[in-house]
Amino acid sequence: MPIQVLMPALSPTMEKGNLAKWLKKEGETIKSGDVIAEIETDKATMEVEATDEGTLGKILIPEGTADVAVNTPIATILADGESAADLAKAPAPAQQEKAAESAAPAAAKAEAPRPKAAPAPQAVAEPDPEVPAGTEMITQTIREALRDAMAEEMRRDADVFVMGEEVAEYQGAYKVTQGLLQEFGAKRVIDTPITEHGFAGVGIGAAMTGLKPIVEFMTFNFAMQAIDQIINSAAKTLYMSGGQMGCSIVFRGPNGAAARVAAQHSQDYSAWYSNVPGLKVVAPFSAADYKGLLKAAIRDPNPVIFLENEVLYGHTGEVPKLDDFVIPIGKARIVRSGSHVTIISWSNGMTYALKAADELAKDGIEAEVIDLRTLRPMDTETIVNSVKKTGRAVTVEEGWAQSGVGAEIAARIMENAFDYLDAPVTRVSGKDVPMPYAANLEKLALPSAAEVVEAAKAVCYR
Amino acid sequence: MAAPKKAAASTPQDKTDGGSPPEFTREQELKALRDMLLIRRFEEKAGQLYGMGAIGGFCHLYIGQEAVVVGMQMALKQGDQVITGYRDHGHMLATGMDANGVMAELTGRRGGYSKGKGGSMHMFSKEKHFYGGHGIVGAQVSLGTGLAFANHYRGSDNVSVTYFGDGAANQGQVYESFNMAELWKLPVIYVIENNRYAMGTSVSRASAQQDFSKRGASFNIPGKQVDGMDVRAVKAAGEEAAAWCRAGKGPYILEMQTYRYRGHSMSDPAKYRTREEVEKVRHDQDPIEQVRNRLLAAKVGEADLKAIDAEVRDIVNASADFAQHDPEPDAAELWTDVYR
Repeated sequence: MPIQVLMPALSPTMEKGNLAKWLKKEGETIKSGDVIAEIETDKATMEVEATDEGTLGKILIPEGTADVAVNTPIATILADGESAADLAKAPAPAQQEKAAESAAPAAAKAEAPRPKAAPAPQAVAEPDPEVPAGTEMITQTIREALRDAMAEEMRRDADVFVMGEEVAEYQGAYKVTQGLLQEFGAKRVIDTPITEHGFAGVGIGAAMTGLKPIVEFMTFNFAMQAIDQIINSAAKTLYMSGGQMGCSIVFRGPNGAAARVAAQHSQDYSAWYSNVPGLKVVAPFSAADYKGLLKAAIRDPNPVIFLENEVLYGHTGEVPKLDDFVIPIGKARIVRSGSHVTIISWSNGMTYALKAADELAKDGIEAEVIDLRTLRPMDTETIVNSVKKTGRAVTVEEGWAQSGVGAEIAARIMENAFDYLDAPVTRVSGKDVPMPYAANLEKLALPSAAEVVEAAKAVCYR
Repeated sequence: MAAPKKAAASTPQDKTDGGSPPEFTREQELKALRDMLLIRRFEEKAGQLYGMGAIGGFCHLYIGQEAVVVGMQMALKQGDQVITGYRDHGHMLATGMDANGVMAELTGRRGGYSKGKGGSMHMFSKEKHFYGGHGIVGAQVSLGTGLAFANHYRGSDNVSVTYFGDGAANQGQVYESFNMAELWKLPVIYVIENNRYAMGTSVSRASAQQDFSKRGASFNIPGKQVDGMDVRAVKAAGEEAAAWCRAGKGPYILEMQTYRYRGHSMSDPAKYRTREEVEKVRHDQDPIEQVRNRLLAAKVGEADLKAIDAEVRDIVNASADFAQHDPEPDAAELWTDVYR
C-alpha cells in the first residue's frame, strides 16, 4: 500500500511550516535516508529525509506552499511493485500511524507530531498608553521583536553585548539572536561553551566594570546551574558594597513550559526570581511589550531577569514603528476592561486569561484582565485599583501555586483591598507535580481557560 | 571515631624552578616590609576586636600569607583589577584601601567601605580596582574572569588578578572559567593561594592533583609553583605572569605555596594540625622575618625598622579607634542600595 509522507514537526512548538523545495521528482527512486524536501520553519530551513524506500508517487503539496500544518500529507511513496494506479489506495492520514514515521527531520530527530500549541495572542481591547495615538504599527513575531530590541540597543551603546550558548554562529537555539553576529561581529555576539555557571559569572564580572551584557540562557531551566551567581553575585553586590558596585546585566531566555519536553525543561521560575530583592523580573506577553521591555531591561542599571516563553516566540503581534520604543519596567497594563472580576496574569498565562475573558463575556461576566508584565517591582496599584472596582480577583500562572506569584498577589490584595473583596482571591496555577511528558497529562498539568472561567464564575458566585 | 588526622608536618615547598629570586633594592625591601607588617598588625588587631565582641560573624585572618598579596601588588600596574574570596583584608590593604574603612566595615559602622552592610567578606573599592570580597567559595573565579573579559573587550592591557584558595580550586566553575579564559585568551592571573587547608581539610585529603600549578594543564594554561613565603619570588612570578597576559597570550596560573598561622576563621580551634607544624613554618619561613633579616644583614639600622613598626602600629590603632567610635549606619540605610 502506498506510504504517505506527512509534514513533520521539527521542534517542540512547531505548528506549521513552508514547503520550500522538493529535491525529488515524481517517479524518482527514493532510498531510506535520501533528502526529499526542504521545509522552512520560523527558525530555520530543515531537510526532510525519507525513512522508506520506493518511488516518489505523487507530490501532494507543491513547493512554495506556505503554512502547511504539521501532519498534512505532503507526498506518497510507492513501494516496489506498486504503480501510480495504487495511489488511490493510500489511506486517510488520520488512521495512518505508519505514515507519521515515514519522514523524519534530518536535524531534529524523533519529534513526534504534537498537539496544537496555545493560540496566538488575542487582540487586546484597551489601547497601550505607552504608544502615542496614530503610531504606525508593524506586524512582527515575538522572536523578531526581541532581536530588534537587542540590535537597537547594541547600535545605541557599544558596551552592550550578547553572550550565551549558540547565540552567534548558530543564530540562536530559538533564533532570537538571528542576524546579530552578522551586524555586530564576534566581539559583541559571543558563543560560549556549555557552561552556565561559568558564563553567568563572567558576564557579571564584566558588568561590574560597567559593561552591559545580555546573557542568554538556552532555557531558564539551565540557569539553575547559574543561580548562585545570579543571586549571590548579581543581585546582592550593590547592597553589599554600600552602593559602590552593582551590575547592569540582563539574563534572558525561554522560561516555563514549552511543549512535550517534560519536567526538566518545563519549569516556571517566575516565583523563584521574583522572591529576590536586587533583581528586577520581567515576563511580557505581547510582541510590543517584549520589545519595549527588553530595551528597558538592557538600559536598566540593575540586574534584570527577562523571562520569555518559547511557545510565544513564533506568535505575531503589532509593534509600534517608533525609533525608540521603551516600556518602563514595573508597570502592569489593563488589556481588557471589565467590572465583574479582575483576572491577573503575565507571560503565557495571559493566553488562558484572555480566552477565559471571551468565554465569560458570553455569559455576561465582564472580566478586567491585567497583564502584569513586570513581576518585580510589582505594580500593586494597578491590581488594587482594579479589585476595588470589581471586588473579585483570579490569578493565573503556569508555575506552582505554593509560594507562587499568585500567592503573592493574593496577599497584596488582602493587605490593600481587603474591605473591597466580595469573594476570596482564587488562584489558577500549574498543578503541584513535575511536568509530565504524555500529551494528555501535560495538558492537565497546565492551567486552562476552562479553569480560569470556572474560578471566575466561582468568585462571582455564578 | 578516630581523632582527626594530623597532616604531615611538611613545610611549603621551595619554588620548583630553582635558584634564588631576584634581589630587591633596599627601597623595595622596605616597602614590602611595611606593607606586610601593616597587614599582620591589622589582622592581629582585628582578632583582638573580634575577641572583644566588636567584630561579629565570620572573620578570616590572613596572617602568614602576607607575602602573596604584597608581592603580587608590586608586580601590577595602575588599573589592574584584584578580586578574591572571603579571606580578603590583606588584599584590600595591599591595593591601598584605607585601613579605617576596612576596620570600620569589620565593626559594621557607617564609615566602612560598604557602609557597614557588607562586613568582613564583602568590601569593594572601585577607586582601587578591588572587586571584592566574595563569600561563596569559587564564585570570584568566574567573576575575575569576567573582569579580564572586560579588559579584553575594551582593548586595555590591564590584567585581572583573581585569587582563590586550594579549597576553591576544587569548585566546578573554576574549570568552566579556565576553559573560557584560555579559549578567549583573557588576561587573567589565577593566583591559587595554597595555604594547605580548606577550612579543616588538608590538601592531601581533598585534592587528587595536589600540584595546583597543573590545574590548568588540560586547558593549556601555563602554571608555576611559587614560594609564597618569599615576597621576592612572588613579585618575580607575578611579573612573568602579568607580562604573559599583557602580551595577549591568555591566562596564567600561579600556585602560591603559603600558610595561614591562624585557624580558618576566628571560631576554628585548628585541631587538624599540630602546634609544631605551625611553629616550624613561623620559625623557618615567616615572610616578614625573611625581609627583616635581609635588611638587618644589609646594615639597615634597627631604628629605621622600628620607625616602620611605629608607623604601622599608629595606622592600625587609629583604625581600631575609628572603627569602634564611628556610629552604626543610620536605620534608613536598611533600604538603600537595593536598586540604583
